[in-house]
Amino acid sequence: MTPRVAIAGTGLHPFGRFDGTTVTDMGVAAVRRALAEADNPTFQAAFCATVYSGVAAGHKVLGALGLTGVPIVDIEAGCASGGAALMLGASAIRAGQYETVLVFGIEKMPRGIIRSSFFEPWREQAGLAATPAYFALRAQRLMRESGITKEQLARVVVKNRANGVENPNAMFRKPTTVDDVLASRLVCEPLHLFMLCSPNEGAAAIVLRRADLAGPTAPTLAAAVLRSHLPGSVLGEATPMSGIPDEDITPPSTLAATDAYEEAGVGPSDLDLVECQDTDAAREVLAYEELGLCARGESARLVDDGTTALGGALPVNMSGGLLSKGEPLGASAVAQVVELADQLRDRAGPRQVQGARTGLAHTVGRGANAAVVIVTR
Amino acid sequence: MSTGAEAGAGRRPVHDGLFGENGPGDAYLLGGRCEACGRVQFPMAATCPACGADTIIEVRLSDHGTLWGWTAITAPPPGSLGDVPFGFGVVELPEGLRVITRLEEADPARLSFGMPMTLVLTELGPDPDPDGDGEIVTSYSFTPTQAPGGVAS
Repeated sequence: MTPRVAIAGTGLHPFGRFDGTTVTDMGVAAVRRALAEADNPTFQAAFCATVYSGVAAGHKVLGALGLTGVPIVDIEAGCASGGAALMLGASAIRAGQYETVLVFGIEKMPRGIIRSSFFEPWREQAGLAATPAYFALRAQRLMRESGITKEQLARVVVKNRANGVENPNAMFRKPTTVDDVLASRLVCEPLHLFMLCSPNEGAAAIVLRRADLAGPTAPTLAAAVLRSHLPGSVLGEATPMSGIPDEDITPPSTLAATDAYEEAGVGPSDLDLVECQDTDAAREVLAYEELGLCARGESARLVDDGTTALGGALPVNMSGGLLSKGEPLGASAVAQVVELADQLRDRAGPRQVQGARTGLAHTVGRGANAAVVIVTR
Repeated sequence: MSTGAEAGAGRRPVHDGLFGENGPGDAYLLGGRCEACGRVQFPMAATCPACGADTIIEVRLSDHGTLWGWTAITAPPPGSLGDVPFGFGVVELPEGLRVITRLEEADPARLSFGMPMTLVLTELGPDPDPDGDGEIVTSYSFTPTQAPGGVAS
């Protein structure tokens, strides 16, 4: 019988800007916390998610702790890097290759608009390497196709920032208002500055163990799926230069969610909370549709009726989301799962979702890559 | 800044093989058509992103289309030449292709869904290459189509 995979320990280094702290330092802090919480087990492999940390970044972290010798694999899958690392770690345990695996994500992002080697030099010179502009085009299409308004986008920001007030590991911990969001600088119509997450720094770590080794209260990693985009969609996260006019190309987030629901044996109606990719406010609302939390075109209702706020039927981004935490790419997806593990163990304090038993974490970005992780207890 | 009327020395395309000019003010995009599956692509590449075949023939794409989405870029993107703000969007060509492009109109309020658009070449700015000779770098862009008589449609 395929072994169940459990989350035996979690650890975070806060997300923010930490001048003078190296990406290795942050990784060491998160890994030490996760291993300590799991009673410092021996692990047989380590997967390190990171995009901007350079050569052998995971080895530096474990080298600082005297924990090398095991296979250490650095993994880059854009914003979904952490989901990719969790998928590989969980798969190895299920296959019987390892009993205990360390998964961690680390990042120290450059400041400003993310410069990515994804774009060839000529596209940069032509002004086409403008990441927020692609987000804006996507937001505009969502507004057109699902009837979302700018005010509703602002309300998503208000919701997530309110949640972030209660998260000591978040970068932005002040609440905001619809008026403040709409008064913030217009970056790319319809997206204002407060509607966009901030690339930043941080680390997160998780110890995965075969469930019989992890203790009875350890949450179950019920699914961890990574998918890439199908050919053809011009505004798929792959941001090609051109695509075919077909609105029915299934997006990578839906591909990953469909596989994850099947792997976990649950459906959207079983979820108690969701952490999703709110790179921008519209990206969160689009995720409602892509993850099957509502029918296509009906996401505005979830914003209006409070479904996705604390106390609603399906709270989304109780951690504050990327809009509060910022986005250290490699650490982001791992930290989402740390939040789910806290919630499922009733350790989330003022942002606790009462009685949470099933949570979903979603990341999507460059590649295109999309990851969906489902945690249960 | 459309520059179709002043083609000549001192300009270079931002990248070879993206576009060309039949004459001043008469630009075209260069795409590829897959002989195996018929899919059209832009820019032209050695292989087909739909079926993987390597039998791609060069085709000149339509110099007009309709506007599918747009915004304006207000802060210089990494590595970009020239000034902000500038328009940015997606134009749908009659070939069944959506092309990501600069737009000559930088005020989003002056654009609308389905608006007819025409290809133009635009000057980005001087070549930043320190070993270059200061040529003006050009790229493709789209602008709202002028109706006969010069009034924007």
